[in-house]
Amino acid sequence: MRLLNASGCLDALAAPDVARALDGFVTKTVTPLPREGNAPPRIAETAHGMLNAIGLANPGRARFLGDSLPRLRELGIPLWVSVGGFCAEDYAETCGRLTGIEAIELNLSCPNVDEAADSAAEIVAACRAATELPLYAKLSAAHPDVGDVARAVAAAGANGLSLINTLRAVALDRNLRPALARGSGGYSGPALKPVALHAVRACAEATTLPIVGMGGIATGRDALEFLACGATDVALGTVLFSDPDAPARVRAELAAACAEAGVASPDDARGLAKSPETEEKVTA
Amino acid sequence: MNAVRRSCRVTGAERVGLYALIRVERSGLEPGVPGQFFMLEAPGRLLPRPFSVCLAPPGELAFLVDSVGPGTEAIAALEAGDEIAVFGPLGNGYRLDVERPLLVGGGIGIAPLPYLAEQLGGAPRIVAGFRSAAHAEAASILPAHAEVVVDPTLVTDCYLEGWDVLACGPEPMLNAVAALCAGAGSDGGKAAAARPYGGAQLAWEAPMACGYGACYGCVIELDGALKRLCIEGPVVAATRTRRTPEPASNSLLLGEVRA
Repeated sequence: MRLLNASGCLDALAAPDVARALDGFVTKTVTPLPREGNAPPRIAETAHGMLNAIGLANPGRARFLGDSLPRLRELGIPLWVSVGGFCAEDYAETCGRLTGIEAIELNLSCPNVDEAADSAAEIVAACRAATELPLYAKLSAAHPDVGDVARAVAAAGANGLSLINTLRAVALDRNLRPALARGSGGYSGPALKPVALHAVRACAEATTLPIVGMGGIATGRDALEFLACGATDVALGTVLFSDPDAPARVRAELAAACAEAGVASPDDARGLAKSPETEEKVTA
Repeated sequence: MNAVRRSCRVTGAERVGLYALIRVERSGLEPGVPGQFFMLEAPGRLLPRPFSVCLAPPGELAFLVDSVGPGTEAIAALEAGDEIAVFGPLGNGYRLDVERPLLVGGGIGIAPLPYLAEQLGGAPRIVAGFRSAAHAEAASILPAHAEVVVDPTLVTDCYLEGWDVLACGPEPMLNAVAALCAGAGSDGGKAAAARPYGGAQLAWEAPMACGYGACYGCVIELDGALKRLCIEGPVVAATRTRRTPEPASNSLLLGEVRA
């Protein structure tokens, strides 16, 4: 099991020690052109999570490749580059220019920008033709059957899945106006965990692709639950905001959580919660 | 980043006017430069809240808290013996290499001034403004020589020309202080512009989830671009142009949302 960060939840250049505590650093999403992102307010805390509407703020492909990526390489940790765009060609062109990194994560599900018109499978297929690097498709759980999407991106050539992205949501302020300037934002934090566990479990049953599970992981026990649902790796998101020491803590807790659950190691927990037969019976 | 996160025992909580002063054991944390801030765990809430250091007596750090929402209410309700996670020091504080320091605070913006005055030494001039007499009771935490004004008298009604202003307070106050410092004097501000930091260093505030550059939530517009306040500030020279967007709501400027 590798422990990563969720894209957009850590700046490795601003906090290199936090990044080095992970098994790999996932960048903020890189788009073809620079994006300043959305106007503030961009974040709001809710009862059981938080909303953000950052809007894919990033320096753009050229400056990322020329400036950010070389500095990230100096950190000496495996790099995952999150790639975004507004059509399949956007994604494919960025993928084609990336070399010497661990993997590419295709952000197919940012709730804070207008989505690409092309389908997830079309984007994956275009990127597959442009690179031989491992391609992880980051999917949203806001789909009637995320397993269907998983099968489609697998057929299009994806090497793995990242599950899940934030969910589109709204919070209101005291005056009953949207708390975020953009209106809606992406919901993250502990409230997401059951939704994410379902998505991971459904996709683990729909495909054989490795899965980076994320969504509300705050403890080692949370991480273990993602593995039990079929994740191969896990990523920390919102918890990094409140606890930059979360990577080491989650690792330590994971060992204890394994002992408590009676499994020898995190990898031995993988798939324990998969039970397609039971699920079929319930559905029938 | 020399910030570290520690579990700190609360050693005391006292009322200061309408605010709460929360004291915690340092537990190995450095107090940092005045104007730097710490993220304090808000019990029962998902995200911590940012506070500048108010006092840094030996072995302790103290933070001044205004209860403006559920997070700050939870922190203000802390009692001696409670434990919270404290992370810092973060961001950029005030530059102390100024000739004629004048400390200006508005409301809860007086928070960094006691530690700032101590670190500057030499009993610097202090002007503090409050919206009501009840709020002004918090001036008890400032050195006795502080000049205190209450609305409708504003801090900008006090003589600020020719001083190196180090300010913290609500956005309208900081904007007014910056404008006054920039345009001060019969030369239309030329002398002020020549002074360090444009005559004023301003500590801004923004809703903030992490405090260390991870969340990209705390952006403000500086020099025509959105920048993370936790990285660029919170103390920013008045020579840099800040455009304040129309706020969606006043409560959000304080980083608090009621769910």
